[in-house]
Amino acid sequence: MEALQIYWWALISLLGALLVFLLFVQGGQTMLCMAPNDTTRNLMVNTLGRKWELTFTTLVVFGGAFFASFPLFYSTSFGGAYWLWMLILLSFVLQAFSYEFRRKQGNILGRRVYDIFLFINGAVGCILLGVAVGTLFFGADFTVTKANLTSISNPVISTWGPSHGLEAIASWRNLLLGLMVLMLARTLAALYFLNSIDDGEKFGNDMKRSVIINGAIFVVLFLAFTGVLLTSPGIEGSTFTAVPYKYATNLMQLWWLGALLAVGVVMVLWGIVKTAIKPGYRQGIWWSGTGVVFTVFALLCAAGYNDTAYMASNADPTSSLTIANSSSSYFTLKVMAWVSAFIPVVVAYIAYVWYKMNAKPLTPGELESEHHAY
Amino acid sequence: MNDLMSVVDWSRAQFALTAMVHWLFVPLTIGLSLIVAVMETLWYRTGNEKWLRITKLWMKMFGINFACGVATGIILEFEFGTNWSNYSWFVGDIFGAPLAIEGIFAFFLESTFVAVMFFGWNKVSRGFHLASSWLTALGVVISALWILVANAWMQYPAGMEFDPAQMRNVMDSFTDVALSPVAINKFFHTVLSGWVLGAVFVIGVSCFLLLKKRNQEIAYSSIKVAGWVGTVGIVLTMWTGDGSAVEVSRVQPMKLAAMEGLYRGECGQGLVGVGILNPDKQIGDDRDPMLFGFEIPKGLSMLAKHDTEAFVPGIEDLIDGIELTADGDTIHTVSYADRIEAGRRARAALARYDEAHAAGDTEAMAAAVNDLKADYKYFGYGYLDNPEDAVPPVALTFYAFRVMVMAGGYLLVFMLAALYMVYRRRSLLDNKLVQLCGLATIAIVWICSEAGWIVAEVGRQPWVIQDLMPSRAAISAIGSGSVQFTFWVFVVVFTMLLAAEIGIMVTQIRKDADRDLMA
Repeated sequence: MEALQIYWWALISLLGALLVFLLFVQGGQTMLCMAPNDTTRNLMVNTLGRKWELTFTTLVVFGGAFFASFPLFYSTSFGGAYWLWMLILLSFVLQAFSYEFRRKQGNILGRRVYDIFLFINGAVGCILLGVAVGTLFFGADFTVTKANLTSISNPVISTWGPSHGLEAIASWRNLLLGLMVLMLARTLAALYFLNSIDDGEKFGNDMKRSVIINGAIFVVLFLAFTGVLLTSPGIEGSTFTAVPYKYATNLMQLWWLGALLAVGVVMVLWGIVKTAIKPGYRQGIWWSGTGVVFTVFALLCAAGYNDTAYMASNADPTSSLTIANSSSSYFTLKVMAWVSAFIPVVVAYIAYVWYKMNAKPLTPGELESEHHAY
Repeated sequence: MNDLMSVVDWSRAQFALTAMVHWLFVPLTIGLSLIVAVMETLWYRTGNEKWLRITKLWMKMFGINFACGVATGIILEFEFGTNWSNYSWFVGDIFGAPLAIEGIFAFFLESTFVAVMFFGWNKVSRGFHLASSWLTALGVVISALWILVANAWMQYPAGMEFDPAQMRNVMDSFTDVALSPVAINKFFHTVLSGWVLGAVFVIGVSCFLLLKKRNQEIAYSSIKVAGWVGTVGIVLTMWTGDGSAVEVSRVQPMKLAAMEGLYRGECGQGLVGVGILNPDKQIGDDRDPMLFGFEIPKGLSMLAKHDTEAFVPGIEDLIDGIELTADGDTIHTVSYADRIEAGRRARAALARYDEAHAAGDTEAMAAAVNDLKADYKYFGYGYLDNPEDAVPPVALTFYAFRVMVMAGGYLLVFMLAALYMVYRRRSLLDNKLVQLCGLATIAIVWICSEAGWIVAEVGRQPWVIQDLMPSRAAISAIGSGSVQFTFWVFVVVFTMLLAAEIGIMVTQIRKDADRDLMA
């Protein structure tokens, strides 16, 4: 059972890591207003538009996999932090139709409104997903009382503070993580635009400058977040007591996670620095993107492994969620583990299609001749 | 308690709104993805430029609609957590699995290959593009499969047992969950109805092209493909509908009774073909349930049991726990009053187990488990105040069923007529009335489709999980004001979304009708 719980937490962490990488779509949506003209803006939208569904799907699968493997988290966090999740949800709903509708005749609202929707999804989606992940490290005000199920008047087992997630948004530590995710997404977006759009030298220089500016802000926020995280206490899952420097301890005791984190950080920085210093370099997205996946995977693993409550209850530590007390049954985890054997196939065909579709950067000429364009 | 019921009502309203809006887009996605793939195959095999133009025409419609289905679909998944958090814990061990499998197998398939469908014309080979179109259609169907497995499980919970230590249900047979007869029937019935809806949409829009007297060849060819898809679809939808009726009578007899407005059943029960319910009828009184009704003799017995003399219980029979044999002898089953008592005993046993568990009293735990097991079948009834609480809204279920069946019958005639006209009497298709009829049928097929879901979902009230959990026990601990607010936000967003989608589609169709698509 324990091995399956560890396996599924690793898969959740991997999905979360891939999601953070794919948030470059959201980051790019916040940069559309910087486009100097309609042609460039349309190029940016269309190169993002060929990937938006992948980000969206990863978010949905992340939610579904969490539901299947750790249903108590789904029940407690989604049902408790109602406003936080509803705002995330609404921002993604706005995104889903904005790409398709923005330049279609008869769209009622006009292109600018749909571009504003894309901006809202980019900014709000990134920040609030960061806030939601922040609750995994810094806890939240909730209690879990399964015996409530036997009550007619109050049958709900998970209860959250009266603000229902707004207090999580107001927490400076969660917001720090949210802003960091936004700046990371913008950095990755600039790297992605460099890789996938061919719109002349000026565009390339603009994107390089974006990489440097957003990357620098991201690094500052990342250092601040890392400092806060490594000095924060965590709840030990077996005793439900607070342990100082829990996450720093986890990264040292599970040395391979610490090493993965270090490698990931170096790769992210290398992608940014090489893009900044080497003229004509377009492959930074792959260095930084892979680094992001390594880094986020290591951080999420550190949140749940080594007898750590991955979502601490600040209201009642004994209600804290661990991978042991919140998981699905052995049978379900086993069935789902078999299902997960198909994930490499999924990754393989996504990679193949990505390669085929992005073999050449998108140009204004190609966009004009497209049968279907956003 | 008042606020609890208000949260339940608003949460139900929000979920119903989301599901109904989602279902406006999904069946069109199911149907159009298949029709587009067939059309592209015809182009691939014949090399005829006409089929390429036709494929791109309908692919455009598919793209506009697909995004809306995606937008509304994510809300449903999140709402299981945000609004039905108790449910998410109580059965998450079973219910979460199909959702995750849907994501892994279907969503990635769709989202990856739909990008090739739209943007890959100049980037991949013809064969790869065709494969992408079929893989997108396959992804749509796989997605429907797992969602319908999950939905069917709520209507007929199987393959699980209750774990009192965790206070939740846990899966013990994946095949019982995935391959339950209710799930299989529901899957085919729903997906095939999507074929019909997609086909009617294509025929209706083609009629508009004919009305404008341009692009006739494209319209005729589209009607041919859609006519075959729709005819196969409607015939098989009716066949699986018959299977659904048998399953409902077996596992949800109260829903069947509500569908028929049947309060007291009999052997050789007739089927109400057309009727008006008596709005004053109350459970247990002597009023006739129908103000007016045309009945097909022995029809309901035949439909539900495939036996003209079989007994079909009515609402009051089920509440009283009465069935009849073929000879008319009475058999006593478990009345709803007894079920409520059993449910309360089960709940009390669970509370005793929890106390014994906390005290480490293994003997008391074992005794409580025995008591719980004996009555667990009726666990959900323990949350109800009286037997009438277990009766779904009869009028809505009754009328929605009739709308679905009558519209379905019309659609069979419509499809056969479309095929006949396009192959044998094409001149009829040039008749303005016929063309307007084709256009109007677009509205009818959507009404039919939504009515089907109303029967399925309203008819199973008050249960979120049949007999085990009523909606009042499934909610999240949030204020009803919060849910009301998000409900109205969704109303605004969905209205905007629908208005924009309709605006874009109508503009696109008009544009296509006013230009030569073969040029």
